[in-house]
Amino acid sequence: MMAETRAIAGKKTFSWKSFFLQWEWMLVLLFVAVNIINANLSPYYLDPASLRDATMLFLDKAFIVLPMVLVLVLGDIDISVASTVALSSVVMADLYTRGVPMPAAMLICLAVGTLCGFLNGILIVKFKELSAVIVTLATMIIYRGAAYMILEDQAAGQFPDWFRFLGWGYVGGIPFILIVFIVFAVVFALLLHKTTFGRKVYAIGNNVTASLFSGVQVDKIKIVVFTLAGLMAAVAALFLTSRMGSTRPNVAMGYELEVIAMAVLGGVSTSGGKGRIAGAVLAIFLVGFLRYGLGLINVPAQVQLIVVGLLLIGAVMVPNVRIWTKIRLQK
Amino acid sequence: MSEVVLMKKSKRRTAAIGRFRELGLLAFIVVLSALVQLRNPNFLTFENINDMLTNTAILSILAVGMMLVIVTRGIDLSVGATLALSGMVTAMTISEYPQLHPLLAIALGTLVGIACGAILGFIIAITGVLPIIATLGMMNVYRGLTFMISDGKWVSAHQMPDSFKKIATGTLFGVNTLVVIAIIVYVVFYYFIEHTRTGRQIYAVGSNPESARISGINNAFVLWLVYTIMGGLAGLTGVLWVSKFASAQADTAMSYELSVIAACVLGGVSIAGGSGKISGIILGSVLLGILNNALPLINVSPFWQLGIQGLIILVAVIVNALVKRRVQRNQMMRRKI
Repeated sequence: MMAETRAIAGKKTFSWKSFFLQWEWMLVLLFVAVNIINANLSPYYLDPASLRDATMLFLDKAFIVLPMVLVLVLGDIDISVASTVALSSVVMADLYTRGVPMPAAMLICLAVGTLCGFLNGILIVKFKELSAVIVTLATMIIYRGAAYMILEDQAAGQFPDWFRFLGWGYVGGIPFILIVFIVFAVVFALLLHKTTFGRKVYAIGNNVTASLFSGVQVDKIKIVVFTLAGLMAAVAALFLTSRMGSTRPNVAMGYELEVIAMAVLGGVSTSGGKGRIAGAVLAIFLVGFLRYGLGLINVPAQVQLIVVGLLLIGAVMVPNVRIWTKIRLQK
Repeated sequence: MSEVVLMKKSKRRTAAIGRFRELGLLAFIVVLSALVQLRNPNFLTFENINDMLTNTAILSILAVGMMLVIVTRGIDLSVGATLALSGMVTAMTISEYPQLHPLLAIALGTLVGIACGAILGFIIAITGVLPIIATLGMMNVYRGLTFMISDGKWVSAHQMPDSFKKIATGTLFGVNTLVVIAIIVYVVFYYFIEHTRTGRQIYAVGSNPESARISGINNAFVLWLVYTIMGGLAGLTGVLWVSKFASAQADTAMSYELSVIAACVLGGVSIAGGSGKISGIILGSVLLGILNNALPLINVSPFWQLGIQGLIILVAVIVNALVKRRVQRNQMMRRKI
């Protein structure tokens, strides 16, 4: 309560102290630290070209982090996103191999993702007693199951050459995926921080009942947010499929966890009402470069997971510890 | 608004449905079994039922622990990783010291699991990190540790002594040992949650943490205990899993936690906390076990299984929610609200 009023007061009278006490600065520090450590561990780390290309390897899941911030700010969670990636990717590949032209298949991929997200939203709104965890857990299994129904244990691919451009192309020396991601990040930041829609998302996350009584169309906004998550999962599917050149039903396994981890590391609270796009974007690059650096010194992917896991828990624990000391001081 | 309309529609008998939800689940299992039996007479043979129960044993042991976690409004996503870690530690130990008594191997695996669970419980209960985040993080950590200690290698059947493999394949009183262990776990935990003070406290914390705290219950301890128990059971099943499949890999039981949560949800454990019964989760696990076993028998492609499972889970939770709504309306009618 105190912290909230202080935050509101802080907005009116700008103070450097509160500006630098933001979670994002912590991330910037961590980011710098990671880069210094990485540069010391491996002489190859600070090569601008390979740093630039490293972004291509982790930015596909970053597309899902953006709507996940909105979902988490609502106080919900969506663990079906990885399955949505798999389903939309598999549908696209299957249609293409059946002779549907690639642009049409890509549009259908986006449509499938949007539909998956829309379905999540409808279920969550219609059955309020079921938490989002349980609804998206069920749809997660269903969407993944649907992907297996379509492709069984086969891989599908052999896309046209120009499709490779999404994952591997450059525009003016900058990876195409990075440009698209920046555009989306700006759009989402504007949506969440500068529109009434965004304010309503925060309102719902802080107090559903109060927002309902203030005339916020809670159901409609929830459906829109979950649909956005589905759409962005499909966008991620496009880039991921392009980067890998083919797809299988078990593609993007475990993405939901990494995506949620990035959002939470970025300062988004899973209990809703708190978090910013900027923090999440910082966290994406932090985790991405950390894993890239660990990969350079031959740390296996599974062991990198330990670091990501500890980072996630540590990030959530630190603010909690700060609250403790405050409570103790007040006593 | 819509409540008034629905209240008029509500009938008294629906209240009974709520109370006998488990009978509904049982009826569904019976109907499903009958249908499968019609299509394939090999379904209800002794061998197949025995097979099915053996395959369900591990799932249902884990479901007991997961139920306790969900009752306290939590969730544990690290189950599969804990299982893999304890299985790997046990398998590596047993391949190094083949003379180790199987019971000691079980104890070792369980201890590893308890340690994993205790750390997790500490993070959740003491530092107040949300269960979904903490278990998500520790899932990565335990999975990574499993990979690290094994160096990505498998421990396979020829490295394990027969006495160890006997844990899962042997019989006790004519019943497969896994089933016996599962039954022991049910009985112990039935007594624990129904007849001990600590067991009841778990439900108290789950239904209303605030009033539990005011009544003098040590919420943090109960939470810690629940995750430690879950870890211990995951450790135990880790040994059983490795013994059953005679191999330990770094990706053992990957995303198995979803099946465990599904078994709980099917068994009527409310994700909002405070309610859940052992009998329910046994039925839930058996239903999942039947699905896994029956679908191949009636020539459903194995690739359809996941989707069908997901649909059944979704339908089960939706039906559960609808029944609950009607029961609540009925109760309000009776009180003339």
